[in-house]
Amino acid sequence: MSSHGIRDRVAIVGMGCTPFGEHWTRSADDLLIDAVGEAVTSAGITLDDIDAYWFGTQASGVSGLTLSRALHLPNKPVTRVENMCATGSEALRNACYAVASGAYDVAMAVGVEKLKDSGMSGLSGTVIPGAGDDSRGEITAPANFSLLAPAYAAKYGLAEAEMKDVITRIAWKNHVNGARNPRAQFRKEVSPERIRSAPIVAGMLGVFDCSGVSDGSAAAIVVRAEDAYKYTDKPIFVKALSFVAGPADGLLDPAYDFTTFPEVVASAQEAYRQAGITDPRTELALAEVHDCFTPTELVLMEDLGFSERGQGWKDVTSGAFDLDGSLPVNPDGGLKAFGHPIGASGLRMMFEAWLQLRGEAPPERTAKSVAEGRSLALTHNLGGGPGECVSFVSIVGSQLTDQKR
Amino acid sequence: MAGLIAYGAYVPYHRLARADVAAVLGTGGGKGTRAVASYDEDTTSLAVEASRVALARGGLRPRIGQLFLATAAPAYLDKTNATAVHAALGLDEHVLAADMAGSVRSGLGALVTAARSPVPTLAVLSDLRTGLPGGNDETTGGDGAAAFVFGGHRNGAPVIAELLAHDTVSDELLDRWRLPGAPTSRVWEERFAEEIYVSLADKALTAALDHAALDIAAIDHFVVSGLHARACAAVRRTAGVRPEAVTPDLAATIGNAGTAQPGLLLADVLDRARPGELIALVVLGDGAGVLLLRATDALPAHRSARPVAAQIAAGSAPVPYATYLTWRGLLNREPPRRPDPEPPYAPPAHRRTAWKYGFVASRCEKCGTRHLPPDRVCTSCRSIDAMTDEPMEHVRGTVATFTVDRLAHTPSPPMLVVVVDYDDGGRFRCQLTDATEADAVIGARVEMTFRRTVTAAGIHNYFWKARPVRAGDTGQTEGTSG
Repeated sequence: MSSHGIRDRVAIVGMGCTPFGEHWTRSADDLLIDAVGEAVTSAGITLDDIDAYWFGTQASGVSGLTLSRALHLPNKPVTRVENMCATGSEALRNACYAVASGAYDVAMAVGVEKLKDSGMSGLSGTVIPGAGDDSRGEITAPANFSLLAPAYAAKYGLAEAEMKDVITRIAWKNHVNGARNPRAQFRKEVSPERIRSAPIVAGMLGVFDCSGVSDGSAAAIVVRAEDAYKYTDKPIFVKALSFVAGPADGLLDPAYDFTTFPEVVASAQEAYRQAGITDPRTELALAEVHDCFTPTELVLMEDLGFSERGQGWKDVTSGAFDLDGSLPVNPDGGLKAFGHPIGASGLRMMFEAWLQLRGEAPPERTAKSVAEGRSLALTHNLGGGPGECVSFVSIVGSQLTDQKR
Repeated sequence: MAGLIAYGAYVPYHRLARADVAAVLGTGGGKGTRAVASYDEDTTSLAVEASRVALARGGLRPRIGQLFLATAAPAYLDKTNATAVHAALGLDEHVLAADMAGSVRSGLGALVTAARSPVPTLAVLSDLRTGLPGGNDETTGGDGAAAFVFGGHRNGAPVIAELLAHDTVSDELLDRWRLPGAPTSRVWEERFAEEIYVSLADKALTAALDHAALDIAAIDHFVVSGLHARACAAVRRTAGVRPEAVTPDLAATIGNAGTAQPGLLLADVLDRARPGELIALVVLGDGAGVLLLRATDALPAHRSARPVAAQIAAGSAPVPYATYLTWRGLLNREPPRRPDPEPPYAPPAHRRTAWKYGFVASRCEKCGTRHLPPDRVCTSCRSIDAMTDEPMEHVRGTVATFTVDRLAHTPSPPMLVVVVDYDDGGRFRCQLTDATEADAVIGARVEMTFRRTVTAAGIHNYFWKARPVRAGDTGQTEGTSG
């Protein structure tokens, strides 16, 4: 494979992240200005020090002007990127490659989304006017991801009630984590009974099985690894960036069984190869994964190699991915409790890795694994749905790897 | 020999119990049920379904020379509705497709025109009868369609019922009328037209029998159809036909489907008539028309794969009256808090007519992988432009997974969605219709049906959905256009 990776060649030296939620009084401009401001402050620099920008949004603006106008940037390169719900991660990936290439010294990735202004439930930003001929069988996002639940239950012999218990456990866990996060959209624990009995949105999914519809922004500053300590004592180094756009054949091919995202498997394996990871379950300190809906997180545990096939539900139930489990997953509350402003989510995940690996997460939700010496974090960001999706996996760490390149 | 070479009827799955009308409104009602087109059906989609039944036999489609769609409830004005039926059936582009629309009598017009035509002609009769809530038309009306192919002039298709004679009498008569745009029709005092219709029927029937040199006692199946129920009853009673020859009017179970009613009743008779039996079809409305048909020896082997009686028996449990009113647009319900549904865009719809209307997929010539929708690049071997057309409308499938979307825009929430794996390859995700949540299960068997998915921005969107294969369906097992 001729994908070479850029392990330890760039570092993140500053980050910002707004609280996610219903920002009725703030615009997309306000949010991205806040995130960018926090990021430059944390790196001890000003916007004049940034050489180039990658700006991610799905539907809250078009072109680089959305960022440059808001910040009144003086003729800087700004590239707008979009890759569905993985947009924020795509912005970061491009900023990292720009610095690794030597083209720029300092690059910034910014993601923003303003969903609550639409007045609609769930995602409303549609894409280009399609054929509009109904021949794609368009369904809502929760319905799309709910297709996983009956398929998983049938394949591994879970009764419907058992399956509901498993996804309820995931929602419960993420709400527990979000309750300990001052930036999260939902900061209350929710009882399993309430999750289980909530109004049904699609298939097996109730309201509490769905990620928060929210507004927010996050930003990261990327420099060459050798320059990192000029900006901060605690940079995080990029070990792997892996992104795939799948062939989108799962809705065409009966061989696809709706219990996996092959795109995630592919991007994860590539990321582990780039980072030199062989056992993610024990080597990672934490993972921020794309829990857009609870069955997604279940399937991801297997696709990312945290659980054996067909065993993910048992690991979920036993608490392996809880804050105090063997591998904390979504310690910040995830899309479920932190909220999911599309273009910002990938960078929000990285923000949690940044906090945790730097020892800056609040004590009540600090991953024990970090204290025990693990120094790697994974972020996973996904766009699309079962059968046709894009998938991003990053691995970052607080230490430089010793081995020769 | 000229005559009928194929026929088929379509009775929608849903029923309304007349008693439910009175239970809700305190008035109207009656006994029994009426057939109700689903929220995703209109006269165009009903016509397609009836035509698919009629043309299920392999080899018929290429022979059709013209198509007439008769309806008093056209889905569009100005724009031809028969072309949508034409597209859904995948007929040759040189086949004339034209509407006979607006009046209930257009059904008779299409039948007689087809019977007289020098080329094999498909006459489709389709109607959706609506009355004001609590009114007589609401409870006595019905929805449905029937399709007939007349021909046999110059090709080998066997005639299943020979046309012995026909006659029509036209009379300008203010009996029933509806201004353009009005949802329901109005009628003059019933007694006014009753005697007139009895006389008109007698004239037409006598003329047809004379032409065929037959006596009225020779009639084995006497079918009388029209929206004037008293007149129809009087004709049945007084025409002089053997009492046992008078056929049931199906009013108790499916109601009176107006334009389509003569077709539904004729199809029902053809489902059981024996070779040599004489069928008289009398149609009342702005005059009278009569067709005399004699069943041939070929009929038993070429009956409809979906008999009318079986479709009646397979109907749903009654839908609640409020649901019926909602489907009919008579009860304006709160929509979901979602973006409005997208209308079809004319250019992509036109580019993909074979897929959108005909449900024609593609199959890779190199590796055999089937693609729905049709692809240019094979998802399996990635060959480019090595595809052949693969008509899918008759292919059944099995549900691989499913969901119930309670947030999606649909005139009848929740939206049932299934991922269908087709027999002999191919997968497609689509809506499941004529079904309840209990029907959406992994492993369920489904077949395809042509529907109007939504009307947005004043444009109807037509596409295919899956429906459960139900016990009692004899199915359409033969090839499509082959």
